[in-house]
Amino acid sequence: MSSVPLIEARAVSKIYQTKDGPVESLRLLDFAIAEGEFISVVGPSGCGKSTLLKMVAGLLPLTGGTLTLAGQAITGPQRDVGIVFQNAVLLAWRTVLDNILLQAEIRHMPSGEALAEAQRLIDMAGLTGFEGKYPWQLSGGMQQRASICRALLHDPSVLLMDEPFGALDALTREKMNLELQRIWLASKKTVMLITHSIPEAVFLSDRVIVMSERPSSITAIYAIDLPRPRTLDMMGSPEFAVLAKQVRSHFYTQGSLDH
Amino acid sequence: MLRRLMLFPAFRPFLLILMLLVLWDVAIRVFGIPAYLIPRPEQVVGQLIAEWSHLLKESWQTTEATLGGFALTIVIGIPLAMVIAYSKLIESYVYPLLVFSQSIPKIAIAPLFVVWFGFGIVPKIISAFLLGFFPVVVSTVMGFKSVDPDMLDLARSMGATRLQTFLKISLPYALPAIFSGLKVSITLAVVGAVVGEFVGSNSGIGYVLQVANGNFDLPLMFAALVVLSSIGVMLFLAIDVAERLMIPWHASQRQVF
Ligand SMILES: Nc1ncnc2c1ncn2[C@@H]1O[C@H](COP(=O)(O)OP(=O)(O)O)[C@@H](O)[C@H]1O
Ligand SMILES: [Mg+2]
Repeated sequence: MSSVPLIEARAVSKIYQTKDGPVESLRLLDFAIAEGEFISVVGPSGCGKSTLLKMVAGLLPLTGGTLTLAGQAITGPQRDVGIVFQNAVLLAWRTVLDNILLQAEIRHMPSGEALAEAQRLIDMAGLTGFEGKYPWQLSGGMQQRASICRALLHDPSVLLMDEPFGALDALTREKMNLELQRIWLASKKTVMLITHSIPEAVFLSDRVIVMSERPSSITAIYAIDLPRPRTLDMMGSPEFAVLAKQVRSHFYTQGSLDH
Repeated sequence: MLRRLMLFPAFRPFLLILMLLVLWDVAIRVFGIPAYLIPRPEQVVGQLIAEWSHLLKESWQTTEATLGGFALTIVIGIPLAMVIAYSKLIESYVYPLLVFSQSIPKIAIAPLFVVWFGFGIVPKIISAFLLGFFPVVVSTVMGFKSVDPDMLDLARSMGATRLQTFLKISLPYALPAIFSGLKVSITLAVVGAVVGEFVGSNSGIGYVLQVANGNFDLPLMFAALVVLSSIGVMLFLAIDVAERLMIPWHASQRQVF
């Protein structure tokens, strides 16, 4: 882990202006994510995890504080970022391949290179043979894999994921976790993963950020010093159990996680 | 043979029509309904055959007016709906006015169009347009407003321009809703054209209806109604085919995809 912070938040706050008055969502967040680091964010439902992710993605203005990516203030959508949403958000009128290539079309990437890269990602994600299928012909897990391919097509150095596996069944989810770890180990991207699964957060992350109820701030940050690559068997180990218990303890005193 | 025909889906409506015709005939015989109240089916068919070339010529007039009004609906209704969907301000000005205008009975103001535009095709086109365009506006507004916000975020995260977002996301997303509006609209446009022909015209199926009504020629009147419905059905089917071609990916089309 290098010590250069790639993403840095200083006193970040967010207040939504609604019809019923202002809603304070985030209060004075401070954190730094190093280049190549895998960070998870866990917290109760409605605490502002998606809000935070959208602000890092440059999709939402901050109310206060500063957010920087590679030293530059984030003021709008970033070139060097890929996003995966909770729902796969695939366009129903495009095939898997064309959905992935949307990224290239909008960014005006050279089509030959984009096609080759898309094919490489499709093979890596185990979607070979499904390039010509439409989203509704795919399982939820495959849809989400296609959306991860789309997020990676322009080779961003930062991957932002908002509860990407929340809609999947437990078995598929474990498989996706393994695949995500493999992708991350191979590409050494900086990943910020929002999740409501504590085992998932501990399994995948270098560090886990725990957020409090709204108006939320950072309650704790845990370093997960388990060796890589991690295996599903490690989830049964005592070290894993201790870490998971530490993270979980915050929610028993506060309330509960979503779902 | 007959059983196989009955299994063929496209044949089923004709089978139903045949059954209704039989029912019609039987009802007239059983209740002894006089021909000046309701004609017998064979009289109507007789008039259809006798007046065939006349009806065909007049139905072309009505179809032209319908298509003219429908074209206006597309050219004016869809862009108007887009503007309404994208601007809260314009919506608040225009939408209530549109709803208000829809409550005005077209038949009441149709004579005015004749005064303004004469006896040609123009008043018919306007009447067809006025009847048809509201459903298109309503469903197009709905289509553009229901675009998944995550999809818009996705486009924004890729740095999409407004035009890219519109062409690659919003428009395809709204197409199914637009088509459902167009289907309602085309059948209403036929009615609108006939309304136009009622009040001031010497051509078209509406005019035939008017004349037949005046002469108590009930078989001709019913024959004209059959022709009119056929126009509506054929235009509706044309939109249906266009829909299949343009949105084969939509859930409603998947069985033929
Ligand atoms: N566009 C918005 N307008 C007003 N309030 C919002 C908006 N988006 C989110 N919020 C509020 O901000 C809080 C955090 O939302 P969100 O970031 O989606 O939470 P999480 O992802 O942790 O479940 C919630 O209380 C939500 O009601
Ligand atoms: Mg969320």
